[in-house]
Amino acid sequence: MNQTPEIWQVFVVCISAVFTQNMVLTYFLGLCPFLGVSRELKAAMGLGAAVVFVLTATCMLNWLLYHYVIIPLGLYFFRFILFIIVIAAFVQFIEMVIERYSPVLYQSLGIFLPLITVNCAILGAALFMVIRDYSFIITVGYSLGSGIGWFMAIVTLAGIRQKLTYSRIPRGLQGPGIAVIIAGIMALAFIGFTGVLQGR
Amino acid sequence: MIFSILVSVFVVSTIGAVLAAVLCASEYFFRSYGPCEITVNNERKLNVEGGSNLLSVLTEQKIFIPSACGGRGTCGLCKLKIQEGAGPLLPTEEPFLTAEEKNSNIRLSCQVKVRNNLKIEIPPELFAIREYVCKCTEITDLTYDMKQFRFELIEPKTMGYIPGQYVQLLTPVYKKGIEEVYRAYSISSDPADKNAIELIIRLVPGGICTTYCFEYLKVGDTVKVNGPYGQFRLSDTNAPIIFIAGGSGMAPIKCMLHHMKNTSNKRPATYYFGGNTVKDLCLLDLMRSFEKDIPNFKFVPVVARPAEGETWNGQTGLVTEAVKRNVKNASECEAYLCGSPGMIDAAIKILLELGMSIKQIFYDKFE
Repeated sequence: MNQTPEIWQVFVVCISAVFTQNMVLTYFLGLCPFLGVSRELKAAMGLGAAVVFVLTATCMLNWLLYHYVIIPLGLYFFRFILFIIVIAAFVQFIEMVIERYSPVLYQSLGIFLPLITVNCAILGAALFMVIRDYSFIITVGYSLGSGIGWFMAIVTLAGIRQKLTYSRIPRGLQGPGIAVIIAGIMALAFIGFTGVLQGR
Repeated sequence: MIFSILVSVFVVSTIGAVLAAVLCASEYFFRSYGPCEITVNNERKLNVEGGSNLLSVLTEQKIFIPSACGGRGTCGLCKLKIQEGAGPLLPTEEPFLTAEEKNSNIRLSCQVKVRNNLKIEIPPELFAIREYVCKCTEITDLTYDMKQFRFELIEPKTMGYIPGQYVQLLTPVYKKGIEEVYRAYSISSDPADKNAIELIIRLVPGGICTTYCFEYLKVGDTVKVNGPYGQFRLSDTNAPIIFIAGGSGMAPIKCMLHHMKNTSNKRPATYYFGGNTVKDLCLLDLMRSFEKDIPNFKFVPVVARPAEGETWNGQTGLVTEAVKRNVKNASECEAYLCGSPGMIDAAIKILLELGMSIKQIFYDKFE
């Protein structure tokens, strides 16, 4: 690798996580809430924001756990379980905080807040960070970028779906059917970004 | 090898324990709201522990707010005016409130959590609602899926109610995994019978309360009910009455008919009782005796599709079709409907077509 300053790397990793390596549109991670909560813009924004926050925070926690506990003690084979435990506990914690301070957001997120626990985008980000051997500061940029990418994708899809309420969609395609097609077209559009940041 | 297994077990359990401890601590910190004060109608003050919903907090304080669904946010009956402290309107409440109600701070009390001091308004008549301890003294089979339960009032010994009103039956925890729930049932007994009430209950497969009543409740058991609730009642006019009810919807109508008999009411009245097959009909003998005892009362049972082998000489078809065939002076009459939302909506449609105004139609929907 050439001697690029680390802050520049953080920026590149972050931007590429948003566009060229978008969690949902390139890796198809976190599809369940992506299709489930994208009927309404408001709920989509709430869930998207929750994912950004949970993803960034758990990635940081998991990085610390990985480098200071898992590697020194040679518990590499336990990484899945440990990552999941941390994510689950953190989501529980956030659920309590949201219920206390924003009942409206809590009600509109409903079942999807606990579902973030099993959102594969969150675990996926933690595993990518391990595989790609990111440093802590790059992990922050990467997880933030992944979260923002997921947020952007779900908000865009929700916006499109809300517009579609006034369109005449063939009966068999109404609901999830058309959502999957839109998601596919969005994924194609995002492929257009490939190459923009390669070689850096 | 053994060492690394021990280390890994130890580390994983330690991490789990630490996280669990953090969660317990934050639960203690975030979920407790401390003591709260609820001011009712600007005069009475209640000191309660915050954290649960307003409906259950008020029930604990022996103030009973009508609710047919038992606090699940599906019936929309537990509306209260909350002047201060309710927080923003929740998406679960929105479908039940009109724009006018939203502006005047009406909320669903089962959805509002007590987090701080509240100022609320409770209609004074709701203070008359009490909890009654009763003993089940008789269970009668009416049809294959309907039973009539008689409850003798033990404490207090009498209940003053208006024919057409309902009570809520508390279903105890009768097996694992079930919570205490309240379900609403109309009173079907003779109002002259002051020391007991009767309820007609139809088995809902998988229903928490009806399963309890059909499989667990035995003669001699003690249960709790609270009430009476509801605005469904006979008007003071002399307009001819059309009763329309099917299945367990007979309950409030039966109570009204007892009352008409007791007061020798001379209002012309016709009761259209609908069932799918002949075996869905019940209490026919009682209705025939009402025809003799109430001066201008007529009973018309209607069977939608008599099953094969059943003999039926009465009217057939949907109960709404029978009403359409027989009622000629709808614009002068008043209609009292009780039953499933589908039946009520269909009946309202037919009655409006026949020239009745919506003000003359009274109903009690079973949600």
